Amino acid sequence: MEHIRTPKVEQVRLLDRFSNKSTNGTLYLTATHLIFVESSSNNLTSAAQEIWILHHHIASVEKLSLTTTGCPLVIQCRNFRVVHFVVQRERDCHDIYSSLLRLLRPVSYEELYAFSYNPKQNDQQREEGWQLIDLGAEFERMGVPCDQWQLTDVNRDYKVCETYPRDLYVPITASKPIIVGSSKFRSKGRFPVLTYFYQEKKAAVCRCSQPLSGFSARCLEDESMLQAISKANHNSRFVYVMDTRPKLNALANRAAGKGYENEDNYSNIRFQFVGIENIHVMRTSLQKLLEVIGTRSLSMGDYLEGLESSGWLRHIKAIVDAAIFLAKAVTVEGASVLVHCSDGWDRTAQVCSLGALLMDPYYRTIKGFMVLIEKDWISFGHKFADRCDQLDGDPKEVSPIFTQFLECVWQLSEQFPQAFEFSEWFLLQIHEHVHSCQYGNFLGNNQRQREELQLRERTHSLWAYLLSEKQNYLNPFYSPAYCEAHPVLEPSTLPYHFKFWRNMYHQFDRSMHPRQSILKTILTLRENSHKAESTLQALENRLHQLGVTPLTTSDPPAHPPTRDQRTNSNSLPPRPDSLILGAPVNHKDVQGQDDEDEQDEVGEEAVESTDMERTVEGSSGTESRKQSYGELEGTYNNELAKEEPAVVSLEFGVARMTC
Amino acid sequence: MEFAELIKTPRVDGVVLHRPFLPTVEGTLCLTGHHLILSSRQDNTEELWLLHSNIDSIEKRFVGSLGSIIVKCKDLRVIQLDIPGMEECLNIASSIEALSTLDSVSLMYPFFYRPMFEVIEDGWNSFLPEDAFKDLESMTDEWRLSEVNKDFSVCPSYPPLVAVPKDIDDETLRKVATFRHGGRFPVLSYYHKKNGMVMMRAGQPLTGTNGRRCKEDEKLINATLRPGKRGYIIDTRTINVAQQAKARGGGIESEANYPQWRRIHKAIERSNVLQESLIKLVEACNDQSHNMDRWLSKLEASNWQTHVKEILTTACLAAQCIDREGASVLVHGTEGTDTTLQVTSLAQIILDPSCRTIRGFQGLVEREWLQAGHPFQQRCAQSAYSNSKPRQEAPVFLLFLDCVWQILRQFPCSFEFSESYLVLLFEHAYASQFGTFLGNSAAERAKLSLPEKTVSLWSWVNRHQEIERLTNPLFEANSLVIWPSVAPQSLLLWEDSQYIDVIYITIIIIIIILFTISKKYYYDINA
Repeated sequence: MEHIRTPKVEQVRLLDRFSNKSTNGTLYLTATHLIFVESSSNNLTSAAQEIWILHHHIASVEKLSLTTTGCPLVIQCRNFRVVHFVVQRERDCHDIYSSLLRLLRPVSYEELYAFSYNPKQNDQQREEGWQLIDLGAEFERMGVPCDQWQLTDVNRDYKVCETYPRDLYVPITASKPIIVGSSKFRSKGRFPVLTYFYQEKKAAVCRCSQPLSGFSARCLEDESMLQAISKANHNSRFVYVMDTRPKLNALANRAAGKGYENEDNYSNIRFQFVGIENIHVMRTSLQKLLEVIGTRSLSMGDYLEGLESSGWLRHIKAIVDAAIFLAKAVTVEGASVLVHCSDGWDRTAQVCSLGALLMDPYYRTIKGFMVLIEKDWISFGHKFADRCDQLDGDPKEVSPIFTQFLECVWQLSEQFPQAFEFSEWFLLQIHEHVHSCQYGNFLGNNQRQREELQLRERTHSLWAYLLSEKQNYLNPFYSPAYCEAHPVLEPSTLPYHFKFWRNMYHQFDRSMHPRQSILKTILTLRENSHKAESTLQALENRLHQLGVTPLTTSDPPAHPPTRDQRTNSNSLPPRPDSLILGAPVNHKDVQGQDDEDEQDEVGEEAVESTDMERTVEGSSGTESRKQSYGELEGTYNNELAKEEPAVVSLEFGVARMTC
Repeated sequence: MEFAELIKTPRVDGVVLHRPFLPTVEGTLCLTGHHLILSSRQDNTEELWLLHSNIDSIEKRFVGSLGSIIVKCKDLRVIQLDIPGMEECLNIASSIEALSTLDSVSLMYPFFYRPMFEVIEDGWNSFLPEDAFKDLESMTDEWRLSEVNKDFSVCPSYPPLVAVPKDIDDETLRKVATFRHGGRFPVLSYYHKKNGMVMMRAGQPLTGTNGRRCKEDEKLINATLRPGKRGYIIDTRTINVAQQAKARGGGIESEANYPQWRRIHKAIERSNVLQESLIKLVEACNDQSHNMDRWLSKLEASNWQTHVKEILTTACLAAQCIDREGASVLVHGTEGTDTTLQVTSLAQIILDPSCRTIRGFQGLVEREWLQAGHPFQQRCAQSAYSNSKPRQEAPVFLLFLDCVWQILRQFPCSFEFSESYLVLLFEHAYASQFGTFLGNSAAERAKLSLPEKTVSLWSWVNRHQEIERLTNPLFEANSLVIWPSVAPQSLLLWEDSQYIDVIYITIIIIIIILFTISKKYYYDINA
């Protein structure tokens, strides 16, 4: 709190990013949030709007030069929200600016929100939350340990590799000296370990870091390690070694005593580069992309050209291509694959997890996706703290590697709408919390560090929260039957299947979104259908109690093929509205203010959910679009006809839970 | 029948058909006067019936004695036929080439087609101008239906009946017609019930280099203005193009002569530029290199999305003038038969909820495209694969449909019809068994006696089994004006996606569940 000089500034203007519209309101600075509350006098037809921005979400604050109307303050967030305030007095602006500068650069983990966040759970509930994901059970589900693969305790005390988890799975024939020898020959000690086991063909996906081969060095233990991996699979005489880097990068590493496997030394490997660029290229690429799409009145030509020159979709495609290669090698050829990049925690994590997602329908369920992230990203030491800039650190370590992974999953879900249990909302929510530092899951860079921070004792798990809201993230098009028929996804890699993910990068730019959402409409329909069913059930029970046999025995209730849960159908949690779900679907909002007679079940439900939520997004889409069609300035630009009511739409539940 | 002369080999056995995303079919290939038919002669396999008029171009390939014909259709499908026997293959190819390029309209399939369904409502009479005018009369008495073009002598591309301001007599109209390109004097396109503002369309004024003036023209359009109010003229050309048109006798309404109007210029491309754009787009989509940069740069170079954005923006502007500014609008380009119609029809989709229904959309296409004289036959003679030199072909109507699709994607619950309806119209505009899209104007259609000799597409569509197929299950009547976003990030490439199918199937299942439940309630209450 000592960093907050001015907790409240009045008469602040919020400018819309893509139009000339602005709203007046008050800015509040709390220990955790920056809050903008629209003054109620602005808009009589709808409730005052609020924007809550978590300090951890702020990527940068910029104070622009003073204008006649005040002092502009531009805030860019990691969830791609951009807000532009104009503060009347420069002193206030400077106070906010300097407070934020300090607040958004925490220097120790203890300052992070997760350590103060308290969702009113007791210790037992918290403990249960942390126990939801059990990686030991996950390897058992894959069929490991088995006659070829075993659990090794070599890293029990993080002695062999600091950035790996304690429990590791290796081939049965890999003895401790082989493991230790191999780890000494691998960058950061990250020796080859099992990450996914394809039971049907007994083929393994292993991961590691680059070998310290330099120009000629070799290591017999490492060679035996790969031999052991190969021997563990009787289906194939060789192991694919996928170096996910471009060949040039790998060559350059040789000068530093690192490099890649020499096929002459490893008798049983097939070596392959797949050409995914490094974290620096990815960071620059995203910056370029954001620059392009942040341009006002962008032309179609500039947009497409910017999309191309940013290279972002090319990088996304490269990752998907690599994952497809991996999945094909394992499922079609039945070969084992060893994946690495430089340190084996960025590109390797992307390719291994995405490959497994293609091969195993379990990872396309809500729970399975959590397991996948927990396994390939959290436990194997993707450096979330560095990549997501959790503490004030080296800006060169920051990179959108995990964002890319989520985007790849989204691209796949666009191609296979029936194959995923979750909707894109789930991905966006995870993305939100990777940066929010509100839950302990993603804090720190590796498991060892997390244990030192005692995260399990001092913070809460995101997975428990997400599972408690599972209903909100279900994909209505999900079909378990489809997944049974297509356990392995074979995506097309034609470039036009890769699209710009508007709902991620313009999540908070309301004017960009469709004004009605198919997803949301169907979810509402679904809920109504669930409700109707449970009412029906209740009625039937009452009939039974009254001793009447319903006439309907001849007409059995239609059990829909797509419906999978009917358990808690009458106690659905209120669904928070989201910007990405577009404009409101309930009649009141779409059809104008005079439709007060829409108070049927649908209406009631909508009212309930609006009352529950506190987080409200800025502008009405129609209004901000008003100016964007063309030049209507000059004498004709007088006060326009009355607007449609500003549509109140609600965003993700981050801030909501803190109220 | 002269078709027989063109068919050297009417039948070949053992032909294999390859289609993208579908299993191959082996069967017998038959050529008739109008169709290419492939049938496997098994009960449950579907047959391929392809209209010759749908074929844009063909390619021949030979491997040994096995010949292949790659048929590229105007509806952008590409199929491959493997034909055993060199001679058969060559014969089939030359027959297809000859039959698909017949020039005479009266030999087209619609004149031979007899419906296999019962015509309940004759589509030729479904959207008569007099019926549309009755609706207008119920809202305002400021307009009248003029018969000045009864024999198509005043304006060859207008229908016999047009709505004009009540105070303007036919003599004035005749004079105005001489001042507008193609005789297209300003007529009513849309009346906005909410505030009584109107949208009119016309051809460009023929001011020429010396600034000719027509008092009657000024009188006509001023008659639509409320006292003290001003209107907008939306010229779909850039100011430069419009100025250049003066040299060829065309021009723009000058501020001096039209002080009550403000002119806005937009830049919608036309004719050859659009055709090239479509060709480049289709080429980019068919590129097999799997290279992201190449795809994006080809997509950009095609400019297709730019055209979509430009047309939508202009339509939004027109709608904005009417609904938000409360001003009347006159839209024109050069001829007033292409870009003008894109703008006026899209503005109506935005403003008028009734245009978003299945029937209302038919009415819109009928009013703003067919009767308004969009030269369908010239514009849709060739598509993206044709090797012959383009003449007057341009995907003007396809671009309109693409724009409608964009709005549909942004307001998926506000349209009674689904994407398939738009696809259906696209296909039938290029090749059809129905007479609806034949000819270039109402005058030509009358001369060809289409209503007597052919069946209307609407007769077929407006049967409940077809309507059911085209209905959007999410539709919920929305009486509001719908403002689409025209930001590039909001516009998508229109691809035929299976996603949509899945969505609709899911919704239909849910609706069936709801329906079953409500039925059960009924039983329970009775019990």
